[in-house]
Amino acid sequence: MNHIFGWSIAFLIFATLLNVAMANGEGRDQAITRLLVPTLFGISLLVFWEGLVRGLNVPGVILPAPTAIWERFLASTSILRQDFIQTFVKGALSGYVMGAAAAFVVALLVDRSDFLRRGLLPVGNFMAALPIIGVAPILVMWFGFDWQSKAAVVVVMVFFPILVNTVEGLRATDRMQRDLMHTYAASYWQSLLKLRLPAAMPFIFNGLKVATTLALIGAIVAEFFGSPIRGMGFRISTEVGRLSLDMVWAEILVAAIAGSAFYGFVAVIERHVTFWHPSQRRGR
Amino acid sequence: MTSELRPDAAPARHPTPAGSRMLPILRSVVPVFVVLAAIAALWYTALVPMNIRESLTQAERAGAVVDPPNAIERRDANAIGLVLKNPAYIADTLRQDRPRLPGPDQVWRELWATTGAMVLEGKGLSKRSLLYHAWVTLSATVLGFAIGTVGGIALAVGIVHSRVMNMAIMPWAIASQTIPILAIAPMIIVVLNSIGVTGLLPKALISAYLCFFPVTVGMVKGLRSPDAMQLDLLHTYGASRAQTFWKLRWPSSMPYFFTSMKIGMAAALVGAIVGEMPTGAVRGLGARLLAGSYYGQTVQIWSALFAAALLAAVLVGIIGALQTVTLKRMGMSQ
Repeated sequence: MNHIFGWSIAFLIFATLLNVAMANGEGRDQAITRLLVPTLFGISLLVFWEGLVRGLNVPGVILPAPTAIWERFLASTSILRQDFIQTFVKGALSGYVMGAAAAFVVALLVDRSDFLRRGLLPVGNFMAALPIIGVAPILVMWFGFDWQSKAAVVVVMVFFPILVNTVEGLRATDRMQRDLMHTYAASYWQSLLKLRLPAAMPFIFNGLKVATTLALIGAIVAEFFGSPIRGMGFRISTEVGRLSLDMVWAEILVAAIAGSAFYGFVAVIERHVTFWHPSQRRGR
Repeated sequence: MTSELRPDAAPARHPTPAGSRMLPILRSVVPVFVVLAAIAALWYTALVPMNIRESLTQAERAGAVVDPPNAIERRDANAIGLVLKNPAYIADTLRQDRPRLPGPDQVWRELWATTGAMVLEGKGLSKRSLLYHAWVTLSATVLGFAIGTVGGIALAVGIVHSRVMNMAIMPWAIASQTIPILAIAPMIIVVLNSIGVTGLLPKALISAYLCFFPVTVGMVKGLRSPDAMQLDLLHTYGASRAQTFWKLRWPSSMPYFFTSMKIGMAAALVGAIVGEMPTGAVRGLGARLLAGSYYGQTVQIWSALFAAALLAAVLVGIIGALQTVTLKRMGMSQ
């Protein structure tokens, strides 16, 4: 066995032992330990990966080392930036906003009629479980290769989860609360804006958070069916064909950062909007 | 009758056994059928303007006079205006070979021609049959789902029982759900191909990876769902960790188990379909989608899409039925 590989295994074992000591030690409930343990675990995995690739001379066309991926990431920031704008800003983000707005409006309409709700909810639930990503080739055929077709795929993908969650959320008030609004002689709009929408917010944000990941997946996979010569999905599929896997991994790194930042952004808004909800309480 | 269709209506005064069983079913089925009928109506309405240009072009080539006569003018014209000017060709839009939007009846005929009709001819598993492609996708999905679910449960058991695993792995498992994992599917396929792993396994691994983390997160929640009182009770009985697990944690995690299996199954199917694309559209429903999009065979794309939807519905439906039966026998259903 190669000594580089050996050292990386030694580091992994050492980090794990340190983690065990920290997790069972005195300060295990402190914030710093909660941050340190997963970070150390992540770092030790990266070190092990690096040692595995270097020590055993794994060829770059099978698994590039983390340092090689990072170098490629730094060297091709302009391409990555261009792909990010094409796929994330133009495709995923615009589709997400349109799909969320459409789902919200349809949910408000559906909510007014009990008959529609009982008809649309099962259909919407069914659609939310389907492999909707399959409409990508059809929408690429209809809307062309550029970002419009990607946005259309994203609209279809995020529509049903947000619709179902919003309709569920608008039912979340109990009879007592609605009766109270009734005794205040509140109109439909007053009780919607002051009672039912705020009460629905935890559900709506649940849908919005699920949809962030779906939006990015939709925009990337739709590019496998045809795209201009930029975009994250295009880059991934062509660079895989050229076996330059470090570029693929750099693109995946961008997707991972974009995905968690997008999710985090929606989660921060949720914390400010639904500060009153039990799930947002901090500390015990 | 109408008052009984309302959810808050009082029950019928003399409910016969059959009637009391029928009415709730009607109440939930009728609206669904109305919505489905509305979707079909919308579909046919959208189909006419979407296909009108192609039908006019074909009619012109066959020698008919259409308005406007010039193909370039037609390209720039409004599709609805074209329909209004050439009402005689509306029927033609339903009978295109390669329509921009095929009608539900065309999709259904294609589905029947590639499944039932081929079975009747005794060629049910030939490479041109959709059943064959659905079977390829199904086998990868189920294998991947099995690997991912077993792995996810194992990790969840570890996380619930070991503090260090909980602290080190759980944040990563949650964070990984926000990452578009599906993007790595082409790379996994090609890399595994280059080290000699081909066929079912690479696709199944993508499926497994996709359903792994949702199952882990759901099962951690489920295994932690017994409250402190119940855990304390088992503690006073002097129950070992294994006994606590089998007699309390595992049974009370069942609702979460089935919910995460449903999510995992849907994710596994998506993984298998996307995993079939980079290999150059050989077999499977994903390959049918890609081949259809390469050759402009829209009816084929739609029929593959419907087959995938049907597969998802059946798979998730089976888990749902298992859930109902199991939870009922355990006395946990509402």
